[in-house]
Amino acid sequence: MDIVNQLQRQYVDFLSSLYREGLLDDQFLQIQKLQDESNPDFVNEVVTLFFEDSEKLLHNLAIALSVDQQHVDYQKVDACVHQFKGSSSSIGAQRVRNICVSFRTCYDAKNLEGCLRCLQQVKDEYYLVKNKLQTLFRLEQQIVAAGGAIPIMG
Amino acid sequence: MTMKMQGYHTVAVRLNDPFGTKRKYTFINKVWLPKILALWIMIMVFASRVLYNRMDAENKERRKEVLVSMCDQRARMLQDQFNVSVNHVHALAVLVSTFHYYKNPSAIDQETFAEYTARTAFERPLLNGVAYAQRVVNSERDEFEKQHGWTIKTMEREPSPMRDEYAPVIFSQETVSYIESLDMMSGEEDRENILRARSTGNAVLTRPFRLLGSHHLGVVLTFPVYKFKLEPNPSVEERIEATAGYLGGAFDVESLVENLLGQLSRNQAIVVNVYDITNTSDPLVMYGREHQDCDISLERLSMLDFGDPFRRHQMICRYLQKAPTAWTAITTASLIFVIGLLVGYMIYGAALHIVKVEDDFDQMEKLKGQAEAADVAKSQFLATVSHEIRTPMNGILGMLALLLDTDLSSTQRDYGQTAQACGKALIALINEVLDRAKIEAGKLNLEVVPFDIRAILDDVLSLFSEKSRHQGVELAVFVSDKVPDIVVGDPGRFRQVITNLVGNSVKFTEKGHIFVQVHLADHAQVVLGASSDTTLNRGFKGAVSSHFSTLSGREAADDRNNWDTFKKLIANEEFMCNASNNVIGPDELFQNVTLMVSVEDTGIGIPVPAQERVYMPFMQADSSTSRNYGGTGIGLSISKCLVELMGGQINFISRPQIGSTFSFTAVFRRCQNITTGDMKKSLAGDLPTTFKGLKAILVDERPVRAAITKYHLKRLGILVEIAASIKIAATMSGINGIVRSRNRLQQDMILIEKDSWLSSEDDFLNLRLINCKQNGDDNLLSKMILLATNITSAEFDKAKAAGFADTVIMKPLRASMVAACLQQVFGTGKKPQGKEMLNGSFLRSLLCGKKILVVDDNRVNRRVAAGALKKFGADVECAESGKDALALLQFPHNFDACFMDIQMPEMDGFEATRRIRMLESKANEQMNGEYPPANRTSRTTEWHLPILAMTADVIHATHDECLKNGMDGYVSKPFEEENLYQAVAIFFEPKPVSDS
Repeated sequence: MDIVNQLQRQYVDFLSSLYREGLLDDQFLQIQKLQDESNPDFVNEVVTLFFEDSEKLLHNLAIALSVDQQHVDYQKVDACVHQFKGSSSSIGAQRVRNICVSFRTCYDAKNLEGCLRCLQQVKDEYYLVKNKLQTLFRLEQQIVAAGGAIPIMG
Repeated sequence: MTMKMQGYHTVAVRLNDPFGTKRKYTFINKVWLPKILALWIMIMVFASRVLYNRMDAENKERRKEVLVSMCDQRARMLQDQFNVSVNHVHALAVLVSTFHYYKNPSAIDQETFAEYTARTAFERPLLNGVAYAQRVVNSERDEFEKQHGWTIKTMEREPSPMRDEYAPVIFSQETVSYIESLDMMSGEEDRENILRARSTGNAVLTRPFRLLGSHHLGVVLTFPVYKFKLEPNPSVEERIEATAGYLGGAFDVESLVENLLGQLSRNQAIVVNVYDITNTSDPLVMYGREHQDCDISLERLSMLDFGDPFRRHQMICRYLQKAPTAWTAITTASLIFVIGLLVGYMIYGAALHIVKVEDDFDQMEKLKGQAEAADVAKSQFLATVSHEIRTPMNGILGMLALLLDTDLSSTQRDYGQTAQACGKALIALINEVLDRAKIEAGKLNLEVVPFDIRAILDDVLSLFSEKSRHQGVELAVFVSDKVPDIVVGDPGRFRQVITNLVGNSVKFTEKGHIFVQVHLADHAQVVLGASSDTTLNRGFKGAVSSHFSTLSGREAADDRNNWDTFKKLIANEEFMCNASNNVIGPDELFQNVTLMVSVEDTGIGIPVPAQERVYMPFMQADSSTSRNYGGTGIGLSISKCLVELMGGQINFISRPQIGSTFSFTAVFRRCQNITTGDMKKSLAGDLPTTFKGLKAILVDERPVRAAITKYHLKRLGILVEIAASIKIAATMSGINGIVRSRNRLQQDMILIEKDSWLSSEDDFLNLRLINCKQNGDDNLLSKMILLATNITSAEFDKAKAAGFADTVIMKPLRASMVAACLQQVFGTGKKPQGKEMLNGSFLRSLLCGKKILVVDDNRVNRRVAAGALKKFGADVECAESGKDALALLQFPHNFDACFMDIQMPEMDGFEATRRIRMLESKANEQMNGEYPPANRTSRTTEWHLPILAMTADVIHATHDECLKNGMDGYVSKPFEEENLYQAVAIFFEPKPVSDS
């Protein structure tokens, strides 16, 4: 039971640090709330979807912004970033979303340099949040494996 | 975000601008100014120097001219006098030759000569004396000495040694008698003279030497005397041969010149020197001291001709004193210099001043720029901050609302409610500030939607009804019949202005009334204009009488707002209505309608000094106002801005302790399509139509109040007759009753104002009696209804006992409220639905079992939205593009609602919605044709799938866009419970809790 307690505390600390650092916002909380008996793996499912989509989008973005430096397909960039912004805000990955917003001002201004910078930032942030979320899930799994319940925040 | 960035950018540009354009107009350089001044001074020095030099030169020239003329004059005089003397000596010579040699014996002896010369001495003022020396050759010497009885002596008065020739003086003037018998040829000078004289036959002069007697400098003049008349042009030998003797005279040059100068003594300032310059290398002084103090810089040289061609003389004149300092020149020059200096300094000062002013101007420009930038920045800051505060505040309020819905202890609830009230106040303030900032930034756009003015006024009234009732203030609204039911404009802003004005009035009014009127502006102006004339004529008559014919009987600030005017307004209106049945009024032709709204209160009024800053933001009448009444003082300034945005103007009349009347005009568009039926219904918070055609008698002693009550009843379709007192009402009821007693009920109701009832209870009994008599059946009795602003429980009991209906209609009147009361009285109303609880479970009841389509191209979003909706029990299906959605929504389908993402590739949400609507309209047409109404689904009469947009940016424009494209609303993405509820509640009835 001690282990469970410890894991649970660790989980709470970790999650609250994610909120504190602004990596996640209330939306993630909402998603967690949506998970119940009828939908036991909801969070994981959504987040996995998010990972898959994001990696595809990042790949597309990287191609769009590097293939031909002269004629960047800003429409494609727009589509990708819009998607990314939508999914990140749905998941509550706040910092990714914010960079998407500034990304948008960059490609609106056709500022290639800014776009590349934003792409790098968004990649960094994405991998950071991915890392953190994976850690979080690992913790969850450990708690479940140890026979405890996942604590609800909020 | 981009907008904001641009905003800051323009600020930065504006800030930079002044620096860029700085100094382009400056023509004076500050650095060069002293140099220019120095240069100017130098120029002035030079100029005055030149001037001085010129004047000085002129002076010198004049001086020189004076000297020349003086010198020449002296030389000429000297020469003339000398020549006169020479001539005289010549004459003597002729005399001697004539009388001594031509006569024999000689007619002249020493005595004769001496006397003659003495007597003619005045003729020769320059000569000391004259003497005649006879030529004696050595051979004749002895004979000569014997004849005269003396020996020939040398100049040293010694017996002359032996010579070839002698020239002893034989005749002499007395003044020079000492030279008698002296041999003139023994003196070096004289000898030379004699020799030269006899060879030329002219007068000759010695070089200057000291004379024997006076020791003055002098010259000796010598004339030869010939024994006989010579041939013309004799040779030298002939002359020497013919020479008999020599006449000589000593010129005392010194005396001569002294004398001469004495004659011209008026000019002592001159120094005269006379020189013998026969030997040019060694000029001999004849007169004057060699080294005398004098001005050697200037001299004049005049040649003298004393008649001896061998000798040459000259006169040199100098000024005794140096040229006097030319004070005139100096003063003139220095004056010019000083003037120049002053002028230069003045210009310099002026230039400095200009530079300074320009600098100041620059600085002012800069400061102005900064101030403007700061102002813009302030507005932006306010807008941003307000917005940023508002977002979390909404969260706080929402959560508080949710919190209050939970089970709380009374204390907790109190705390929660207080917090909510404070939060609401704060958000109201923030909204005001935001509005103000938006207006200042020019970003406030008015909506253009159709709305019902009367409903809005009712809403506003309902906001304040509690408070006004509590204070016993009569709050009433009256909208002229001429005002269209539906106008197009911004209902929110219109409501905001009225709310603000009424709110102010409620705040500052303790007793009396608050009366909101809406008229057509041009119509009202005509009437008010006319009545203001009459009120002026009446003077203070109105004020003297203790009772005013206003709403509450208290005096109002605007004299014109009394029953007379009001009556005219209404009367005029009715008249115009009648007229416009035939002819379309001029107003009708125009698209626009200008309304005049006035809010009259009998509050504390605005102190006169404060009246002019009423519209200034954050200004209140005085500091005690906010203490006593609260508020920030921003409302009126916003109202003013809003009214101006609505194309109108706001003004007020206020009298301290009597009240204020604010009135404003606003321009709205008339609603275009005449088929306002549905719209009116949807907009005008549906008033029940069950009372249409009912008849009522209204008993009210105050005509204005009666008119208002009539207005509200009229809106419900009730025909109203007004009676000023119960007595009159009784008569009316009685008379009518006799005529048409059996047909049907005369009046369905008698509405009596509380004041009228209390003032004449007896009459009321009477009325009641008549009522009973006419309509025996109790059910058919006219309902007696009491109207009251406030009522005590004792009064209420009394009223009940007196036969009034249970329901008292409480002021302020609102059509819907009146309707509700009447429903109660007549028992026709259905039980009003209580306010539903707003929480998740309710949402669940709304959504449970509903089939909902979620359209989003983003998998994650789709999944989350679906999850959220499922959580509330909905049956969710997903589509990942507009096309898929269309495929799913082919008829027949069984979806209850659709949540549609807007921004999707290929076919966006708007496009998809338009297509869905097209499908629907097609389906509707078909269905109307094919199926009888009974076969339709019970849910709808026509296909219309509620489509809600899902959007991340919840701004107004998007909302409009959604509605334009046939959507029914929008929800923010990601979902928020309350927002979702609000959107969904419009479409789904809350009833199916039992169904599912």
